[in-house]
Amino acid sequence: MIQQTKEVETRPASGAAAGFMDPGRFFAALLGLVVVLVLLGLGFVYLRDSKGANIFNAVVAIIWGVGGVAALYYTVNALIESLPNKWRGRLLPFLFVGPGVAMLFWVLTIPTLRTLYQSFFNNDSTSFVGFNNYIATFTDRGMLESFRNNLLWLFVGTGFCVVFGLLIAVLADRSKFENIAKALIFMPMAISFVGASVIWKFMYAYAPSDQPQIGLQNAILTGFGLEPQSWLTLQPWNNLFLIVVQVWMATGFAMVLFSAAIKGVPTDLIEAARVDGATEIQSFFAITIPYIQGTIITVTTTTAIGTLKIFDVVWVMTGGQYGTSVVGTEFYRQFFANRNFGYGAAIAIVLFIAISPVLIYNLRQLRKQEGF
Amino acid sequence: MALVQGRAAGTRRSKIINGVLVNGILALICILWTVPTIGLLVSSFRPRADVVTNGWWNVLPHQEYVTVNQIQLTPGLPLDQPIQVEGQTLTDDQLRAGFKLPDGRKVVWANRRSRTVDVQNQQWTAKTNFTLNNYDNVLIGQEYTTTDAAGNTKTEKGENMSNAFISSLTVAIPATIIPILIAAFAAYAFAWMRFPGRKTLFAMVVGLLVIPAQVALIPLLTDFSALGITGTYLSLWLVHTGFGLCLAIYLLYNYISQLPREILESAFIDGASPFTIFIRLILPLSVPALASFAIFQFMWVWNDYLNALIFLGTAPDTQVVTIKLAQMLGSRGQDWHLLTAGAFVSMVLPLIVFFSLQRYFVRGMMAGSVKG
Repeated sequence: MIQQTKEVETRPASGAAAGFMDPGRFFAALLGLVVVLVLLGLGFVYLRDSKGANIFNAVVAIIWGVGGVAALYYTVNALIESLPNKWRGRLLPFLFVGPGVAMLFWVLTIPTLRTLYQSFFNNDSTSFVGFNNYIATFTDRGMLESFRNNLLWLFVGTGFCVVFGLLIAVLADRSKFENIAKALIFMPMAISFVGASVIWKFMYAYAPSDQPQIGLQNAILTGFGLEPQSWLTLQPWNNLFLIVVQVWMATGFAMVLFSAAIKGVPTDLIEAARVDGATEIQSFFAITIPYIQGTIITVTTTTAIGTLKIFDVVWVMTGGQYGTSVVGTEFYRQFFANRNFGYGAAIAIVLFIAISPVLIYNLRQLRKQEGF
Repeated sequence: MALVQGRAAGTRRSKIINGVLVNGILALICILWTVPTIGLLVSSFRPRADVVTNGWWNVLPHQEYVTVNQIQLTPGLPLDQPIQVEGQTLTDDQLRAGFKLPDGRKVVWANRRSRTVDVQNQQWTAKTNFTLNNYDNVLIGQEYTTTDAAGNTKTEKGENMSNAFISSLTVAIPATIIPILIAAFAAYAFAWMRFPGRKTLFAMVVGLLVIPAQVALIPLLTDFSALGITGTYLSLWLVHTGFGLCLAIYLLYNYISQLPREILESAFIDGASPFTIFIRLILPLSVPALASFAIFQFMWVWNDYLNALIFLGTAPDTQVVTIKLAQMLGSRGQDWHLLTAGAFVSMVLPLIVFFSLQRYFVRGMMAGSVKG
């Protein structure tokens, strides 16, 4: 979608007095700002020291966060509006973007650079080790196993999500029960990965063959007279059984996006193809697929990023044991279990590099938009 | 004429076949997708003895051998010799495995030592014992006694999930509301104001959308321990505010930049300042976009596991539901009666939000599809 950014001229707020500085207003606003800052500081100290889980603290936090930000905007705005016109126009945009951008710098941009820096240092960040952490990342057997598994997640997980999502979207589009079907498929999106892990661990539950099976998968196997399997320790297939959880959760997302895209395909195009004697399948591949190409790219990249960052499912279901570790769990293990900060940082940067093609693609798309 | 009619009938028939095929496949997929959740929900209402001895699908009517009669054999009857039961000569092994009589009944040891034999008949049954005890145990966490299949009683300590539930609310509400205001101000500036660095800063926002959280975790944790706020709600609010801001700014920018230019211009001509326009015009007009983001962010925060694990930790009085549930899965992996109830407690709020506000959630998610 092409965005157009329109500039609105910033005109003086109040007729004749504008253009000059108003010292009275200036100092009143300055005083207000100081009061707000002090209150924010007090709120910070209070919230830092209160650890109990209660609704009262949540309310204080909302007042502190939302009210504090609003008061900050209000007083700084009053301060800027008391300034001469020239300064007002220059400073005002920075008041508006300032807090958001500052927060992003603190929480994301600068930490990324610091992690990059840290990845060249040893486990407690005291001595420079060059590329050693990266060399270790690509030679360590545990890491190599995680890379293999992550590639499996990337291709199998993403592939199934996209194919199933598209299939369901097409079927639902022709069905009278579209809304119910879509809600049911989409519902797992609302559940946490941890909740989904419990659901699927229950599905995979294993009992020795002489005992009753309470896991559905094994009950079906034994119903056919086969031996029950301990699915989550069955190497290397257990990776696929974990990927099933991701497919179960993320297919709904793919389906919703595909469904919206398919509805956007002009019916006269499909109609014309039908008149020319094309079969349903031919017109699907010749018209629908090319038409929704953009959505396919979006869904594929989003799902792919999700599989690269996967952590919760593996960590909760197997703890990364039995040959199921992925980059996300290795990062956590190196950083928290082994306290090896440099190595953990290097793994995080490798993950970042793996995702960066999508980042570059997004920025390219942004540049195509008008106004940027 | 007859030919045309025949063709029409043919297409009508193929249309019906198509319809059945489409709905059939769709129904099959929907069942596959829903069965795991249904299994969880059903199990959470079953008594412990049922959950561990038979699969949850046994709540459906099915054929099963039910004891209709018990035969007392002569006490002390030698077991290494053929045994006479119901006119059949059987061995000990046959009685242990259960022996089918010619009339369809089955005889099996009820108690081998006291020499009692069960005579069973195949009947339609359904195991429809339901209870709210599991929820009671999971939520309130009092000591409770259970009776297992063999008749042994056991006293266990329940889980205090209601505390985790409050904790999750304490995290999620401020972490949803605080970023909205900051992001709305920034989005307004990006959309309607010109200032140096605008393009670069917005490119940063878009770039940060896909960044894996892992690259920022280590430095943030360092900062938070310097500020003395690790393990407090404050740290998690800050993290979720920062991580949620990119999506919020991007989403709100797309919406706010599409607002009709005329409305803003006429407000300027009336002498309103940018701040007033923002409060009086932009915010009220952006309510749909704000709601979409709020729901997306709420689900995101509620379901988050990694950040909660790292910043808030597993202390019993502050842990959130995802942490609590993962911990239960680790410590009581076989107590499926509690795990299923716990999982449902963690899912109930997102599911309510999902089914009641689905439209907003889908919109937020589609806009957020650029986020990894």
